[in-house]
Amino acid sequence: MTRAKRLLLACGFLFLVKMVQAQATFPVNGIADERHHYYAFTNATIVKDAATTLQRATLIIKDGKIVAAGSNINVPKGAVEVPCDGKYIYPSFIDIYSDYGTPAPPKPQGARDFFAQQQINSNTKGAYGWNEAIKSQADAYKVFASDAAKAKGLRDIGFGTVLTHVKDGIARGTGTLVTLAEGSENKAMLKERASAHFSFDKGSSRQSYPNSMMGVIALLRQTYLDAQWYKNKPAGEGTNLSLEAWNNNQNLPQIFEANDKWNDLRADRIGDEAGVQYIIKGGGNEYQRIKEIAATKASFILPLNYPHAQDVEDPNDARFVALDDLKHWEMAPTNPGALEKAGIPFCFTAADMKDNKEFIANIRLAFDYGLTEATALNALTKTPATLLGVYDKVGSLDAGKLANFLITSGPIFDEKTTILQNWVQGNKYGVKDDIWKESRGTYKLVINTASGPVNYTLDFKSPSAASVIGKDTVTSKFYYDGRNVRINMAPERGLETNWRLSGTISGDIWSGYGEDTAGNPVTWTATYAQPAMQKTDSIRHKLAGPVGKVMYPFVAYGWEEAPRQENLLIKNATVWTNEKEGILQNGDVLVKNGKIAAVGKNLSDASARTIDGSGLYLTPGIVDEHSHIAASSINEGGQSVTSEVRIGDNLNPDDIEIYRQLSGGVTTSHILHGSANTIGGQTQLIKLRWGADDEELKFKGADPFIKFALGENVKRSPSAIGNNSNNNRFPDTRMGVEEVLVDAFTRAKDYEKNWKEYEANKNKKGSAAPRRDLELDALVEILNNKRFITCHSYVQSEITAAMRVADKLGYHYNTFTHILEGYKVADKMKAHGANASTFSDWWNYKVEVIDAIPYNAWLMQQEGLNVAINSDDAEMARRLNQEAAKSVKYGGMSEEDAFKMVTINPAKMLHIENRVGSIKVGKDADLVLWNNNPLSIYAVVQKTIVDGTVYYDREKDAVMRKHIAMERNRIIKKMISEKKAGAKVQPAQPSYQLMQSCEEHDHSDRILEIDDTENANQ
Amino acid sequence: MKKIIIYFISIILSSCVVKAQENIYPAPKQTAPFIITNATVHIGNGQVLPNASVEVKDGKIIQVGTGITAAAAEKAIDASGKQVYPGLILSVTNLGLVEVPSVRASNDLTEIGEIDPSIRSIVAYNTDSKVTNTLRPNGILLANIVPQGGLISGSSSVVQLDAWNWEDAAYKMDNAMNFYMPSLLPRPARLAAFFGTPQTDPIKEGLEKIDEIKSFFREAKAYLASPAHEETNIKFNAVKGLFDNSQKLFVHANTVKQMLLAIDFVKEFHFSVVIVGGADSWQIADLLKQNGIAVILTQPHTLPILEDDDIEQPYKTPAMLQKAGVLFAITDVDGETRGRNLAFNAGTAAAYGLTKEQALQSITINAAKILGVADKTGTLEVGKDANLFISTGDALDMRTNIITAAFIQGRQISLDNKQKQLFEKYKYKYGLK
Repeated sequence: MTRAKRLLLACGFLFLVKMVQAQATFPVNGIADERHHYYAFTNATIVKDAATTLQRATLIIKDGKIVAAGSNINVPKGAVEVPCDGKYIYPSFIDIYSDYGTPAPPKPQGARDFFAQQQINSNTKGAYGWNEAIKSQADAYKVFASDAAKAKGLRDIGFGTVLTHVKDGIARGTGTLVTLAEGSENKAMLKERASAHFSFDKGSSRQSYPNSMMGVIALLRQTYLDAQWYKNKPAGEGTNLSLEAWNNNQNLPQIFEANDKWNDLRADRIGDEAGVQYIIKGGGNEYQRIKEIAATKASFILPLNYPHAQDVEDPNDARFVALDDLKHWEMAPTNPGALEKAGIPFCFTAADMKDNKEFIANIRLAFDYGLTEATALNALTKTPATLLGVYDKVGSLDAGKLANFLITSGPIFDEKTTILQNWVQGNKYGVKDDIWKESRGTYKLVINTASGPVNYTLDFKSPSAASVIGKDTVTSKFYYDGRNVRINMAPERGLETNWRLSGTISGDIWSGYGEDTAGNPVTWTATYAQPAMQKTDSIRHKLAGPVGKVMYPFVAYGWEEAPRQENLLIKNATVWTNEKEGILQNGDVLVKNGKIAAVGKNLSDASARTIDGSGLYLTPGIVDEHSHIAASSINEGGQSVTSEVRIGDNLNPDDIEIYRQLSGGVTTSHILHGSANTIGGQTQLIKLRWGADDEELKFKGADPFIKFALGENVKRSPSAIGNNSNNNRFPDTRMGVEEVLVDAFTRAKDYEKNWKEYEANKNKKGSAAPRRDLELDALVEILNNKRFITCHSYVQSEITAAMRVADKLGYHYNTFTHILEGYKVADKMKAHGANASTFSDWWNYKVEVIDAIPYNAWLMQQEGLNVAINSDDAEMARRLNQEAAKSVKYGGMSEEDAFKMVTINPAKMLHIENRVGSIKVGKDADLVLWNNNPLSIYAVVQKTIVDGTVYYDREKDAVMRKHIAMERNRIIKKMISEKKAGAKVQPAQPSYQLMQSCEEHDHSDRILEIDDTENANQ
Repeated sequence: MKKIIIYFISIILSSCVVKAQENIYPAPKQTAPFIITNATVHIGNGQVLPNASVEVKDGKIIQVGTGITAAAAEKAIDASGKQVYPGLILSVTNLGLVEVPSVRASNDLTEIGEIDPSIRSIVAYNTDSKVTNTLRPNGILLANIVPQGGLISGSSSVVQLDAWNWEDAAYKMDNAMNFYMPSLLPRPARLAAFFGTPQTDPIKEGLEKIDEIKSFFREAKAYLASPAHEETNIKFNAVKGLFDNSQKLFVHANTVKQMLLAIDFVKEFHFSVVIVGGADSWQIADLLKQNGIAVILTQPHTLPILEDDDIEQPYKTPAMLQKAGVLFAITDVDGETRGRNLAFNAGTAAAYGLTKEQALQSITINAAKILGVADKTGTLEVGKDANLFISTGDALDMRTNIITAAFIQGRQISLDNKQKQLFEKYKYKYGLK
């Protein structure tokens, strides 16, 4: 739109909407019409702010601002008096998470093809940064244009001011504060640059990096560092407008769209590291981890889009809806109350509402679960204004602030209350102006025909419904807008009589002109007789009965009451120690304060709970060297080197696989980055403390590791058309894979050297710090034996090549994982000092594993390597004891040695053998009690203990199953009664589960499983 | 030029993939009778005979039991302390149709088309697949080769795993027609938006497809009932066996909704229906029993469907079907181990409620009944083919499963494979024994 056209359009608005004031610089086409919009609203109940309510008070506004609000104020001369008897006046609401009036970001076209070529570089033209998702240079104020339809939608639910930004990208630039006045953006814009925005969603960017949660986090961390570095205008960088804008935006309130409880914490940690306290846009499920949410000390922006009940009448549909979804439906309205109780400041946003009409209704629903009206009103007015530092302008009805206020028929949160008018900057916008005066009720209708008057009674129910009562009661076609009225009625059944009446409204009397069936003219009047009975309808019915409890984690088998660490004495078990004592018959193990306190016979301890181990087998907990559970993302495949990403940044404690694997005796899991690239991400060792939060899951004090990968996955073999490579990301061959390693470590060595030189000379004039590079930092750690490699690898050529690069550049492979051809180069691996972590019997699912043999573990062990059996698979992980047993079958390994491959051997390769892996005094009490020889197919876990806490107990599991069934049934019944009561229901939504994997192999396709490659952002 | 290169690449790929171990030969026809003595014999019908013998002649079992005497000249295999089992049956597998799943050229599993009943797996079955030789040392001697693709993907055939070519391997041809039931589950809305595919109603779509299949069968029935036709319809002819129950209908289905629709096929067409998959079959076990529907559980070693489910549900499903009296088999469709852990899947079922002999039946006689070969195999009863193996210990437990000899139709087969050869090669390299 050209400037001239827009001007014309704006003038058109001026002409149409007379209330908008003129601007000095704008020429007037006609006669000047300066007004001050000087009004006095008298006799109202004025709620100046949540703490101050004035009865029979007066509000004076002039020139778009509040002049005064109080009792005992006289109507000044020159002001129009608006009597507001019985009405309430409130400051209008503020939404600081809007995209009102900004252009919608472009949507990527067509279906995605995961094996399509990657977009390596940014498609943004100009002197901007390297990553398209960092749009810090975007300024909403430059693109803002008011939008009448959207403004009305927001005003209708009480909003007067919004902070709006373009919701596109990871860094989204600045937001602008505007009112919902129409016509003149010049006046509507209150503050051009009011906020800076961030999210975990790269939006319209199709650049390959980042394509994972941890990649997004790494990109943000690196950009904070880069922006700091850019302040000194490093010569090599030239002009980088993205970093410049990033720095310029730092003094604004920083808002992060996180949308989920764990993401809230992730966002807050990014902020902590950068010295920024974000205002966090939550996901509405914060109540599920309120303690951690409170610890962020952040203010929150809460959505109110509670899920609708699902249609679960058909048990076959209900079968696929998981308990966490059922419970979240029930508990979502408790979220605001939970934050209030925890003392967490918050405001509300309508941004996520599918239907704006539910907004206030949903606030009301929260009142049943601890939200107070004062906090709710603050959350809509004072809190958001304060967060943005604009409480001097909006957010209450104090003199000097903008004349942004609501006139309502009663207390704002009352179910029967209607917002009648919404005034923005002194301009009136009718919401339900038609019922300003209680005009609904019965009217005496007189039609003056040529043959004399005809009398009816008209029952005015709503602006679109009225019935006419004569001989019969019939519904008429009816239209009413507070000024005009139209009635089209056939008052007697069977007769052909039909009146079409049109008229205007003047107080209690409507009058006008009409025609009868034959087209004869008539006049008519309708006179107000008596008021109507009021009926209210709420969108979601109040739920009957109390809501259930929060479970930790918020998924089936989560704890309502978490198990505690206990002192335990396991007596008379067959104890597989993995130590020189070997297998103890009738052994006792004493556990105190989370550690193994004694191992022997005839032990006793009064403080300990005794567990009878007769006929049972006690072993150390299983350690899985290669796992992909309990994380929100696994693969950052956007580049060939992504050593900056960290699995630990995106742990997911809600993953049911944690509990399922406890049931298979696993107590420690090494969560690896996937195998999408040569140098993958930093790994995270966890203990399976079911119910813990993401920080508490971590195995504290363990050496840090990193995942590397070689072969088919990193050269993107699946990306093919026929037998042609469709890959455009270097490398495409094993030759290139080797060079990726050479290049990365060569750069890392140079980087380390540059830093050392800088550190030595930093006091000299003119020395500038090199750019800090998170990617190279991790590689420097490897070079200095402060971080250790576990390397996905298969064939002998690549294994040897990788070791030779390491020899040359001075690093070391701690572990080769998968390593299905390890048996071919076991001697070389031994010489290198590597450990081996392999599958027992996987083979032939791709070309690089056609020489895999189940004797691999035995051969490597015989050659003197420390060998482990790993899972890489959520299902197999709960049968790792059986996988170890296969080496008894294939090769004839001893049973004790076989079991060591899933306990002490992986503990050694993870450098945690002083903590776990065997039953030894002083080690962590990570123990498993089995009902059979632990290598047998018939062995079933009875109890799994981590740090002296019984996290899996087969008897307790049976009790939990009953509880889950009862909870499901209770909520399903509730949902069904919602449906019967006429509330909105959505079709049943199966609870799909995202299954993270290495990108490694075929999964058995379970019904509700979505493979992460299906869901990956590339 | 490019095309030529592709051609060469594919030749290289396929040739390196298809070759089996050239020094492992199918065994010749049994000429001399033999007897296995002093063994613990698992008949496969629930019976276990200690210190028993099995005598085999002309490929058949001629005597089983204790106190059997054989001709003096007859070869005797002393199995003292060992166990004898009927050969295990992999009742649903892609063996011989897929060599390396990630190599498209080696994949003959999925044909184009929605209704392809005339497609036959047996004609593409590769007896020289390298996978086969890794199954036999684990006791798997027979397999049912099942095609995929579309709704009706064609007929499977049962093969024995020691053969020169597919004609030689065929044990029962075209035993079952395979029908893949549409999923009837809504896809997650977010994912549909993400893929840019329009959100359709999968239930409506699925039911329409099922109607299509029913119409096909109705027309086929009418066609087959009429003596003469203007044109020959190959597809109609291909389903003839379903109507006289000489062929079974394998309905690949997992949810209750899908299985209820399968029951409808029994009611309308009187087909002999088998559910393949059956993840939720435990929920309607009674109904399956009432309608005479058998189940093939494709993989007990899997995770439950929903987070809320009993975490051991897939392990317990076999015992629940057993209790309800449903005829069921267990198979192993695991893509990474290629089916060789069949016995251990049954072992797990025994750890969670089945007796060991019931678990054994689920991979022997039950499978044979469902595949329509119970007259020839599945137990060690007199008159049946001598498909059997000797294990030093309990074959259902990997801790004790070590197979020392196996016989198909009385022929002692080689238990060697490429993996063992590589094992030997590298033992040699490292000087290990």
